[in-house]
Amino acid sequence: MLSAQQLETYITQNLACDYIKVLGDDGTHFEAVIVSPEFVGKTMVKQHQLVYAALGDRMRAEIHALSMQTLTPEAWLKLQANN
Amino acid sequence: MDTQELIRSQVTGNPVVLYMKGSPKFPQCGFSNLATQILNACNVEYVAIDVLADQNIREGIKTYANWPTIPQLYINGEFIGGSDIMRAMYESGELQTLLNATK
Repeated sequence: MLSAQQLETYITQNLACDYIKVLGDDGTHFEAVIVSPEFVGKTMVKQHQLVYAALGDRMRAEIHALSMQTLTPEAWLKLQANN
Repeated sequence: MDTQELIRSQVTGNPVVLYMKGSPKFPQCGFSNLATQILNACNVEYVAIDVLADQNIREGIKTYANWPTIPQLYINGEFIGGSDIMRAMYESGELQTLLNATK
């Protein structure tokens, strides 16, 4: 069964992340917070597509649902300052 | 008509199109359910296409927008995003602005 930890590894292997946290323990539904400098200047659609691209065929085969929040390092710092 | 052509005609022939699992009355997936609730909250008319009813569309829609998951929202032929993006745009008010422009 796919674990949240494995999913984190799959993503970070193909996408440089400043921070990543994946949650989910049923093997098919996951929630992720992903912070990457690659997201800078990109629309939310493009940011999510980068994560999907990092997962490649796994997204079609193994993962039923991945809910994600993608953030640039700057947005991440701002979010943390507000919390 | 091939599937990509069919999808193109669906998303350009209707101002607001949601590809989802199940129907707005009976969504078959939590994310599709969320997408219909957001559109209902925006008080907008939309065409819902049940991908579970057509395997060609179910696979073809993933290629069409280079987006591997469902639901998918299109406004005036443009791919807007999946349920996470719909929720973020709804919370920021951006989605309402886009949808109001189609009325």
